[in-house]
Amino acid sequence: MFTYYLQLGLRSLKRNPILTALMVAGIALGIAASMTTLTVMHLMGSDPIPWKSDKLHYVQLDNWSPDEAANDDGSPPDQVTYRDALALMEAAKADKQAAMFKVSLPVQPENPEVKPFQSLLRATYSDFFGMFEPPFKYGGPWDRRQDAEHARVVVLGRDANEKLFGGQDSVGKSVRMNGVDYTVTGVLDDWKLRSKYYDLTTGAFSDPEEMFLPFTTAVDLKQRATGNNSCWKAPGAGWEAYLDSDCVWVQMWVQLDSPARLAEYKAFLDSYVNEQKKLGRFPRPLNNRLPDVKEWMRDQRVVSGDVQVQTGLGFAFLVVCLVNTIGLLLAKFTRKAGEVGLRRALGASRREVFKQFLIESGVIGVSGGVLGLLLTALGLVAVRALYAQYKSVASLDWMMVATTIVLAIVSAVLAGLYPTWRACRVQPAAQLKL
Amino acid sequence: MLKMTHLQKVYRTHLIETYALRDFSINVREGEFVAVTGPSGSGKTTFLNIAGLLEEFTGGEYRLDGVDVHGLDDNARSRLRNEKIGFIFQGFNLIPDLNLFDNVDVPLRYRGYGTAERKQRIEESLGRVGLASRMKHYPSELSGGQQQRVAIARALAGSPRLLLADEPTGNLDSLMARGVMELLEEINRQGTTIVMVTHDPELAARAHRNVHVIDGQVTDFDDEPKLRREPGIGSRESLQAESVSP
Repeated sequence: MFTYYLQLGLRSLKRNPILTALMVAGIALGIAASMTTLTVMHLMGSDPIPWKSDKLHYVQLDNWSPDEAANDDGSPPDQVTYRDALALMEAAKADKQAAMFKVSLPVQPENPEVKPFQSLLRATYSDFFGMFEPPFKYGGPWDRRQDAEHARVVVLGRDANEKLFGGQDSVGKSVRMNGVDYTVTGVLDDWKLRSKYYDLTTGAFSDPEEMFLPFTTAVDLKQRATGNNSCWKAPGAGWEAYLDSDCVWVQMWVQLDSPARLAEYKAFLDSYVNEQKKLGRFPRPLNNRLPDVKEWMRDQRVVSGDVQVQTGLGFAFLVVCLVNTIGLLLAKFTRKAGEVGLRRALGASRREVFKQFLIESGVIGVSGGVLGLLLTALGLVAVRALYAQYKSVASLDWMMVATTIVLAIVSAVLAGLYPTWRACRVQPAAQLKL
Repeated sequence: MLKMTHLQKVYRTHLIETYALRDFSINVREGEFVAVTGPSGSGKTTFLNIAGLLEEFTGGEYRLDGVDVHGLDDNARSRLRNEKIGFIFQGFNLIPDLNLFDNVDVPLRYRGYGTAERKQRIEESLGRVGLASRMKHYPSELSGGQQQRVAIARALAGSPRLLLADEPTGNLDSLMARGVMELLEEINRQGTTIVMVTHDPELAARAHRNVHVIDGQVTDFDDEPKLRREPGIGSRESLQAESVSP
């Protein structure tokens, strides 16, 4: 009977094209409004590295002022000091660890046809590549020995390699930045990141850096961070004083492969901070944290309140559209009271009438869903055009496509429940001149 | 086939009780052709609605083909209606956006027949009413008489034991009416019981038996079924028509 009711539903759609168009358009608009905002919110907050997000932990140490917390909610600073980062790297207590900061360097291409340009780089450790798993097109990362040797090496992003070497395999070639030559050890492929979760301090949706160089090398060459730099007391004059200060400007990640390793590392951090307290640092109560990727994203409000409000409004609009659809379905099904009476007289039970009309509502839902999907895609194009920072999260994935269709069908069926129930209550004798 | 005993149908509001049928008794035997007559508002329609299981009754007993229908749930009533009863309406009641084939198909769908059986039954019943060549036509392309023939084909497709007809010729001119009446007589001769409500004394006279209803009660009836020319079902020898006086 399902196929039969499906045929009847399709036929019914054709019978009243204007009414049908109004219902389908109503559902499609509601679906598009809600799904456009939901897609952005979903992708913003989605797990960027689901296979190991619970193993990657961001290190927070509370070295802040005794008089006030670093953040209003009492949480520790969002970054660590250079000296703490260095101490944690040297202790190497995690399975993998990578301190990092962002730098900006002038690039002087060998190719005279390419003009010099300013490039953003990430100064980090070789473990970064094993932890965050960017895909390599050529070569690979530098190694820990090169970290220790402050080697002049670099990993190029795909765009930088395209710009400097025309996309060719540039492993072993040299890139001159700020008067220093760096040897290319690897070239990344297209690294599709929905959010730049490894550094949320300078915008969650900015592009990954164009190149990567060893943390130790950047410090060696006295490259200052271009990201946030917060101090609760003056750092003193000179580069060494800056490195030795309580200013926070380094992001520190560790990979801990099991809950036991996490517990061990927490204990290690507490022990480290207690030791530092003996040296007169860390005046605040012990407040170390090790959020994993998803916790860190929540903590940093990657999905902003504005986006949540917009999503709420999108769904409110869907409800309005559904109320409208309920009215239209009521009108449609009321007009079919005679047919309902006839079908009942010819042997249809109330249950069969209910199924028929619910499937008809479902047909409207599928139509609304397909149109809604197209409108959602258009809506996301508009979001990308209006908000460049959301370009990585304003696109449909298969899950959102499926969600759109399911939401449309569920919405239409919900909207159809009351009119269908009313249709089932039709007294056949009242509709037929017997 | 259809037996109502002391049947009662009361419409109640908080102010008033209206008796649509009062102590209504009738017994229609298998193979009979019974005409139900009476003035407007006498209760003919209520009787036919209850007989067709489209309406509940408030008292008395109703047995359809031996089944006590009182207390049956909606599914059971629908199944019984689908299997035992065919309806013919004054206004034809064809679904306008279904072609003749699909119109006749409607009750068969609810019966749960397979595709091949449905096709065979539809073709046979449309052939029986002389419209086999117009299966793909829509009701609006037919005359009133042809539409009523389609309705009869639909009623017959499921091989019901009982046909309930409400003024089946009421919307037809005399020529078409004669054709439809002849078709009903032919169907009855082949064994289907028919109960027909009509205002037309000429049509009523062609039935085996007349039942006259006034104020929700059977007031008059022929207790002598008319002699039939054809032997077999419905003939004087085999038919013991009976109306039970209230």
